[in-house]
Amino acid sequence: MTPEVRYVLRLADTNLVLAQRLGEWVGHAPALEEDLGLANLSLDLLGQARLLLARAGELEGLGRGEDQLAYLREESEYFNLTLVEQPNGDFGDTVVRQFLFDAWQLGLYEALVASGDAALAAIAAKGAREAAYHLRYSGGWLVRLGDGTAESHARVAASLARLWPYTNELFHDDDVDRAAAAAGIGVLPSALAPPWSVRVDQTLAHATLARPAHSSFVWYGKQGRHSEHLGYLLAEMQSLHRAHPGASW
Amino acid sequence: MYTQGLDSLGKDCLRDETRDGAALESRFQARVDAEEKIEAKDWMPEAYRRTLIRQISQHAHSEVVGMLPEGNWITRAPSLKRKTILIAKVQDEGGHGAYLYSAAETLGVARAELVDQLLAGKAKYSSIFNYPTPTWADVGAIGWLVDGAAIMNQIPLCRCSYGPYARAMVRICKEESFHQRQGYEIMLTLARGTEAQRAMAQAALDRWWWPSLMMFGPTDTDSKHGAQSMRWKIKRFSNDELRQKFVDTTVPQADYLGLGVPDPELAWDEAAQHYRFGPIDWSEFERVLAGHGPCNRERMEARCKAHEEGRWVREAAAAWAAKRSAVAMQAA
Ligand SMILES: [Fe+2]
Ligand SMILES: [Fe+2]
Repeated sequence: MTPEVRYVLRLADTNLVLAQRLGEWVGHAPALEEDLGLANLSLDLLGQARLLLARAGELEGLGRGEDQLAYLREESEYFNLTLVEQPNGDFGDTVVRQFLFDAWQLGLYEALVASGDAALAAIAAKGAREAAYHLRYSGGWLVRLGDGTAESHARVAASLARLWPYTNELFHDDDVDRAAAAAGIGVLPSALAPPWSVRVDQTLAHATLARPAHSSFVWYGKQGRHSEHLGYLLAEMQSLHRAHPGASW
Repeated sequence: MYTQGLDSLGKDCLRDETRDGAALESRFQARVDAEEKIEAKDWMPEAYRRTLIRQISQHAHSEVVGMLPEGNWITRAPSLKRKTILIAKVQDEGGHGAYLYSAAETLGVARAELVDQLLAGKAKYSSIFNYPTPTWADVGAIGWLVDGAAIMNQIPLCRCSYGPYARAMVRICKEESFHQRQGYEIMLTLARGTEAQRAMAQAALDRWWWPSLMMFGPTDTDSKHGAQSMRWKIKRFSNDELRQKFVDTTVPQADYLGLGVPDPELAWDEAAQHYRFGPIDWSEFERVLAGHGPCNRERMEARCKAHEEGRWVREAAAAWAAKRSAVAMQAA
């Protein structure tokens, strides 16, 4: 697998796994409006994931389509960021995970619109509009929870502390990233850190939340080495599809 | 807005003093008979208001509880395309719920109060959602049959005498018919698929056929609210008329799928130009309605859990909004 294919799969898998997590909320959210809002996020990310999977399949040239890539790869062949596979937890955990991700994805897409890969640039252009909307949603909730009641502040501060270490991976360059950047199709993750920090710090201030201290914790989900949670997510997602090899749906 | 509302209410009240209740009621009925729409601020009999609140809120609760059986398959949908369609469908149902709660609120009852009634087990929702979805084919069967039956029930409601409800139904019916087509398409794909997929589709039809017929409510001779609702043009067709229409429409669709309807007495009556069907097991209907269906407990537990676990979130949002408006007041 070329670094280009791998790079696109990282983006696709990150979207797909987060869309799957958000889908778990639908029907169980704190209010009807949040059922609708979380479903919107899930649908947008799933839509982007499908375009990205299709592009990865084309670049790979082995005839694998979106469903083959989504349903028939093993855990170690999934290259999503470790952050997005973390369980939903309570609504505060979901909001923090989403906020940290949205702020990253918006910066990513803003940079990727200049990708030498026309398909990727087009996905990024559409994605940037959606990510900006998602960031307003997750950031808005982060502020309401952080600056809401004493209970919500304590809860969401704990969520932030719990999830913060996973953000290291978002800005960690490896050989695949460097190759994709050198080929002019990708963006170096480390370059996304400064604009992300600005966005995050601004909202944290409104939310009356302190930025957690840097941690040396690093996961390599994007290299196929995952936390304990992804296996269950994929087992559930792929179960029906795998039970009927070759069937169409 | 508020004072304007009071002014117009005042004028109405003045006029009302000169009329007795019977005159008001006959003027109301005349407007209904003339197919005029009754709007939120218009005078209406208290029983009409109560009937509408009951019906619209039950409808809203049904949409919300109805998210659960199909939501059960969001994480396991067998293709990304189906997953996308399913999330959007379940989201639509939630939107219908929100829209209908708003329609109920025009009658002077708060959504929070209606939701509390549901969670306290004091309000009803459609019994159909107390059945489980053990397989993917159940998602197809729900779209095809349950949304299909809902459309039969709801198309006449687009002409309901109460304006806000009628307008809500116009929008909702459009989406329901989309859901019905998508559900049928799932069934068609399964019916044309592998042996196992076909068997899955047949088993789902077997499970959902009779409960779908029960969605139209008790037979006309046993229907409690039928005649008055007809007079008020909240209802336009009787339960049995609608049920017959559903059977007549749906049986040929099952034939096209090559699936069998689980009713040995089902037969085409050439003279009547209708399908004759076997007796409905009303004891099952009563049992599920009384709370003893396969999933009544799970559905209510899921709604209560979401509500309880969301309490701190809603409280935070309210506290934050209160702080904001205090800041805005200070600035002004
Ligand atoms: Fe609906
Ligand atoms: Fe529907």
